[in-house]
Amino acid sequence: MAVVVITGIGATTPLGGDAASTWEAMLAGRSGVSLISEDWAADLPVRIAGQVKVDPSERIDRVKARRLDRSTQLALIAAKEAWTDAGMTWEGSGDVDPERLLVSIASGIGGLHSLLDNWDVQKEKGPRRVSPFTIPMLMANAPAANVGLAVGAKAGVHAPVSACASSNEAISLALDRLQLGRCDIAVVGGTESTVHPLPIAAFAQMQALSRRNDEPQRASRPWDRGRDGFVLAEGSAVLVIETLEHALARGAHIYGTLAGSGITSDSHDIVQPEPSGEGQAQAVVKALADADLSPADIKHVNAHGTSTPQGDLTEAHSIRSAFGQAADSVVVTSTKSMTGHLLGGAGSLETLACVLALRDRKVPPTINLEDPEPGLPIDVAAAVRDLPAGDLAAVNNSFGFGGHNVAVIVTNANC
Amino acid sequence: MATTEEIREKLAELVNDVVGTPAEDVQLDKSFVDDLDVDSLAMVEIIVGCEEAFGITIPDEESKKLITVGDAVAFIEANQ
Repeated sequence: MAVVVITGIGATTPLGGDAASTWEAMLAGRSGVSLISEDWAADLPVRIAGQVKVDPSERIDRVKARRLDRSTQLALIAAKEAWTDAGMTWEGSGDVDPERLLVSIASGIGGLHSLLDNWDVQKEKGPRRVSPFTIPMLMANAPAANVGLAVGAKAGVHAPVSACASSNEAISLALDRLQLGRCDIAVVGGTESTVHPLPIAAFAQMQALSRRNDEPQRASRPWDRGRDGFVLAEGSAVLVIETLEHALARGAHIYGTLAGSGITSDSHDIVQPEPSGEGQAQAVVKALADADLSPADIKHVNAHGTSTPQGDLTEAHSIRSAFGQAADSVVVTSTKSMTGHLLGGAGSLETLACVLALRDRKVPPTINLEDPEPGLPIDVAAAVRDLPAGDLAAVNNSFGFGGHNVAVIVTNANC
Repeated sequence: MATTEEIREKLAELVNDVVGTPAEDVQLDKSFVDDLDVDSLAMVEIIVGCEEAFGITIPDEESKKLITVGDAVAFIEANQ
């Protein structure tokens, strides 16, 4: 099977307007969570979120932006950075054969702002005032389709939807397509923009969100005993992946190897993870087999770690279950402690963080871990931790409502 | 009652707003599709913008006949 490598990265997140500034903030342990200043938040039980550091209006011109949902705008910004980072020119496939170029970019929820804003317009002004662009803006495949248009992809444009596992699934899907020989190169990732009163109210009704409104930067605190839910965030992260052969032929810079992925489904409950974490652990076990690695090869896990009371514990046990004794030498972190939870954008952002962690041999901290859960069966990095010399491999976990479990493995091979 | 030039100016503002074509390019002899980068969905927005601005209704079957800026101006003048 073809070896697949990572040759481009891009991001726009609550920590920074690009991958470099996001990574720098992660290593510095900075939080991107803040109070929502808009009037609409005043009466909500939750008034904090991770809002993108650089507003897309600064990067996409007004006429284009009015046809694109904010989630698609964020995806285009991240994709442009990743595509140019891979050595291509934006808005075109360049020297890449478009028939062999694929896009797989997910959103967990879709064009929520476009949907709800146009419903508001319809209620207030009638159906004649609804934008004719509403459907192409709200559809969940809009980010992927617009990136596909920009790069000229003709080998398929995919947008798998699996809630908060969506972008890890998008990466996994593209990896499979590359390994099956269906394409040579792919633009992969995820995006989300749901900082809006409805999803905040709805997630709050599920008791899923932190209510630490007085201390936004301390609200996301995975594995800390004081954790009380996740922090909603927006943003996008995109990677360019391609077969090693394709990358070498065009002299691309290689960040690392996308070594494998594993997918399972809990078949247990629409929102609760199966409490033993067996499905989560099996996703990791499958990813290890896919990558032809053993648990001892993995030095780092970027956990799903959303900062929910039950979810964090289930995952800690699932990591112990998947790695056994080898878990003792795995440094675990949750970068959601800093970014908040990007839902459909989380998986690709955290896979990108794994790539850079292996490159720099540094694991970013899980901030706010001041009073860890007693008896935690994993080694969580409360401060930046160094990774050893030599071969490195890391797992990125992403789980989603619906019982979706997706683990992706990256290594520093072929760099 | 808006004059021909006032209607053209409003149309130019709408076209610029929706598709970004410079307002000065929006002249009576120009075709929305062929000259001004207005696609079918953008045309819907421009039509609705005209309805709002001039307090008129432009039925879908009429809007399909508005090929040039001059066509639109004439329709609005006759129906305002």
